[in-house]
Amino acid sequence: MLNTFIGDVGHLSVIVAFVASLVAAYAYYQAARGRALGEAEPTWLRLARGAFFVHGVAVIAIIASLFGIIYGHRYEYYYAWSHSSNHLPVYYMISCFWEGQEGSFLLWIFWHVLLGGLIIRFNRQWEAPVMAVFAGVQLFLTSMILGVVVLNVKIGSSPFILLRDFLTDAPVFRLNPNFVPTDGTGLNPLLQNYWMVIHPPTLFLGFALTLVPFAFAIAGLWKNELTKWVKPAITWSLVGGAVLGVGIMMGAYWAYETLNFGGYWNWDPVENAVYIPWLVLVASLHALVLWQRRRIGLRTAFVLVISTFLLILYATFLTRSGVLGNASVHSFTDLGLSGQLIIYLGAFVVLATALLVVKWKSIPISEKELTAYNPELWVFVGATVLCLGAFQVLVTTSIPVYNAFLGFIGIKSNLALPADQIAHYTKFQLWMGVAVALVSGIAQLMWWQRNDKETVTNTFTVPGILTLLGAALVILLVRYFGLKMTPAYIVLLTAGLFGVLANLSMLLVLIRRRVSLSGGAVSHIGIALMLLGVLASAGYSNIVSQNVSGLVYSKDFPEDINRDNVLLWRNESAPMKDYDVTYTGQYLDVPGVPGYVNKDLLFLGINDEFRALARGDIKRGDRVYYKAGDTLEIRPEDTYYRVEYKNRKSGEAFTLYPRAQVNEEMGGLLASPDIKPFWNHDIYSHISTVPDPSKEKEWSEVKEHTLSVGDTIYLNDYFAVLRAIEPAQKSATAGLGLAAGDVAIQGDIIVHGEKRQYHVHPIFVVRSNLVGRVPDEVTDLGLRVTFNNVDPATKKFTFGVSTTQKDYIILKAVEKPFINLLWSGTLLMALGFGIAVVQRRREDRRPSAPNKPAAVRKRPVQVA
Amino acid sequence: MKKSHLLILAVIAVAISILVTTAGDVSQYVSFKEARELAAEGNLTKVHVVGRLPRDLQKNIVGLEYNPTLDPNYFAFTLVDTNRLAQRVVYFNPKPQDFDKSEQVVITGAMRNDVFVADKILLKCPSKYVEKDIKGATASVN
Repeated sequence: MLNTFIGDVGHLSVIVAFVASLVAAYAYYQAARGRALGEAEPTWLRLARGAFFVHGVAVIAIIASLFGIIYGHRYEYYYAWSHSSNHLPVYYMISCFWEGQEGSFLLWIFWHVLLGGLIIRFNRQWEAPVMAVFAGVQLFLTSMILGVVVLNVKIGSSPFILLRDFLTDAPVFRLNPNFVPTDGTGLNPLLQNYWMVIHPPTLFLGFALTLVPFAFAIAGLWKNELTKWVKPAITWSLVGGAVLGVGIMMGAYWAYETLNFGGYWNWDPVENAVYIPWLVLVASLHALVLWQRRRIGLRTAFVLVISTFLLILYATFLTRSGVLGNASVHSFTDLGLSGQLIIYLGAFVVLATALLVVKWKSIPISEKELTAYNPELWVFVGATVLCLGAFQVLVTTSIPVYNAFLGFIGIKSNLALPADQIAHYTKFQLWMGVAVALVSGIAQLMWWQRNDKETVTNTFTVPGILTLLGAALVILLVRYFGLKMTPAYIVLLTAGLFGVLANLSMLLVLIRRRVSLSGGAVSHIGIALMLLGVLASAGYSNIVSQNVSGLVYSKDFPEDINRDNVLLWRNESAPMKDYDVTYTGQYLDVPGVPGYVNKDLLFLGINDEFRALARGDIKRGDRVYYKAGDTLEIRPEDTYYRVEYKNRKSGEAFTLYPRAQVNEEMGGLLASPDIKPFWNHDIYSHISTVPDPSKEKEWSEVKEHTLSVGDTIYLNDYFAVLRAIEPAQKSATAGLGLAAGDVAIQGDIIVHGEKRQYHVHPIFVVRSNLVGRVPDEVTDLGLRVTFNNVDPATKKFTFGVSTTQKDYIILKAVEKPFINLLWSGTLLMALGFGIAVVQRRREDRRPSAPNKPAAVRKRPVQVA
Repeated sequence: MKKSHLLILAVIAVAISILVTTAGDVSQYVSFKEARELAAEGNLTKVHVVGRLPRDLQKNIVGLEYNPTLDPNYFAFTLVDTNRLAQRVVYFNPKPQDFDKSEQVVITGAMRNDVFVADKILLKCPSKYVEKDIKGATASVN
């Protein structure tokens, strides 16, 4: 049944949300215009607030309608049809919501509504000018999902479009306009991952949070409150820095766990697009703190806060306009909205820059001349380094934009991203890392004291000496294990250690004063640990699966080509570095059963691809989950390849299940790794190739054997016995539609494989005097047996046997040393941000209790 | 001169060096003809080539060579660039699983002797109605 009501409600809500944000923006503007901060015109203010409330309600109605469409499997809507399917669990339906562009815009809009509400509630004084900016941005975002055509120009893309209006050429709609597909095309299996449920909301909350300091900065410029805006902006920037940073790293972790490019960061333009504003956001945070604590760097703070938000808009343009084209493999589908995006980007850039230029002269500056003994100088250097790092990534990532722009003005350009992106970015970002680690240590040590030659020597001696000792020790250990260290790595190691130790020594001092002051030190330690983690895991990632077979196709280019993949025959163990590795079979995920279930235990030939029959009892320990013959649910799209690792030296053994997904839409088979974590390294392995599952296997010519019960034969070199002839199992013949008089018997042949015995059950059926045969296969042994004939007189049975190439996988395995430093550094960084937020909130509350001497005394050296 | 001026000068210097180095690292989309010319000049910088896979009447790709049981890290194919020039390409990695279905192929690498040695293959797969590209649909070395 075609249901247009829910879509109409949704689309109407989009229009309401759009109009309400327009009203809110205008009314907030009028309320704030020509009046001092906090003295907004009450009538306009009331109207504006009402309009923003209506906007918020409408946004929630849009989300409810869209989720209703997905949850109700309403495939008459394009969004549900293209992003969801019947077999999707509810938590992944949430991910379908933001798989498409429209849904991710909605997510962003929703966070803005929430943050706007918080500002109305808690920042009354700033409400009118700040919310005018907010409502203006909402106007832009809601127009992106408006889906209205005005004068032949499409404005926005509605998520509520009907499938028949989207696929206007599909013949089925000409025959029956009310046709509703029974199933959707499904969520991309790579996104069926718990990180994809929480990573996008986190990232978009980070996006949304950059609007808050931006709106305060614009409001400050507009209302000539050029310094007061800093205080609320700092707290929000801290929250934004933490959320965006964690969001980026969640994406990195998802990539590490799910994709098979062998790492967590690929310098893909889509990743860079978020990394750039985060760097600038962190730099702006430092500038804001400089102004609030030391009264310098206000102009820098303005520029950086505004740039952060503009870079977020630029990131949106990059990833959603289709400009990346060949350069990125995972930007969004191009919705043909690039014009709209460029107009908005341009409008915000021009307006914000113009306002800044007009007010530039009146922004207070400090006349203080900084020397190397001023920690402010070092903070400033740090912020500059971050901006340069961001600039470098921006210059390279924008290469497709230059092509598009030159093409637009009629010059043909064929620039491409650097062929070796990792080498290109590393060349710069490594040194940015070095500078960040060093400067964060220096500034942190000097920040809390008055500095002269003597105090600086005293403070730096201990962490300096420890750093040098530590670095020497690590270099010796690296050499001891026979690895090389380039000078650049040595510098990064030393800088990273200094970053950790200098901040740690300050942390120990600060904890004694007051824990809540330690936010900076803690997040700096986190950053330095992340750098060390990247150095170890990327610089020393070690291919375990070097091809040692000696078999190479072509010896033309032997010198510098890495041969990083090995072929593993099923059940044949192969040596790889310190490990003996064996591929032991294909497994499936059966919901409700812990771990994975061997495919050999499942009969998949029944009509429903999401169900299978159990060939034997499926149990874990003593608990039997399914009995032989039971029907059970399976997830057919994922196959898990069981790979056993055994360390020859330590005898330690573990099992990994790298996964491959059959995905027609993405053109074949997608591999995801499985990772075995140890405290000091990960073993990461993924399938590179398997025999093509869509191709029919090539079987050898059938060889006939005539046997009596108890006879033995050799099948494909395996010893086998015909144990019995018995009535066929009900479960195996269920799909054949047998009637009362029909007969089904099966042979029970035991084949002795290398590791275990296999029961083969080929079936012989007589149905209404017609003979049918159901062959049985042992994939482990590459064997297929057909029950060809029965001779009742001699009690002899004829079996046809054919063989095929044994099953194999091609595997790549990599060791990632000390990758845990990266993840634990991320957590520390987030913790540091959190501590700093708590500290700011305490300070915000302090004016209400100003006569607490203890609070003041605890920061005696600070120049407030 | 004030220290802040020095800092600004240093920043400008770094920014310029970033621009210069990036300009040096930038690769190009070229045809096989240009790739051969570059190699003939002894220039081994890696380039991007966009091309299509030649197909026979049954729409099967012509000239694929991958025999994993012999060498899993050797995959060779023929690519026809936008000027209809065919070139043998070697990729020292397993064959990307979705290779057979891809329409357009972007490779990076350089000519060596008579073959183009690719170190990255980016596949554009046709999708029925809209193009859906997602990270992971490529195969890359590194």
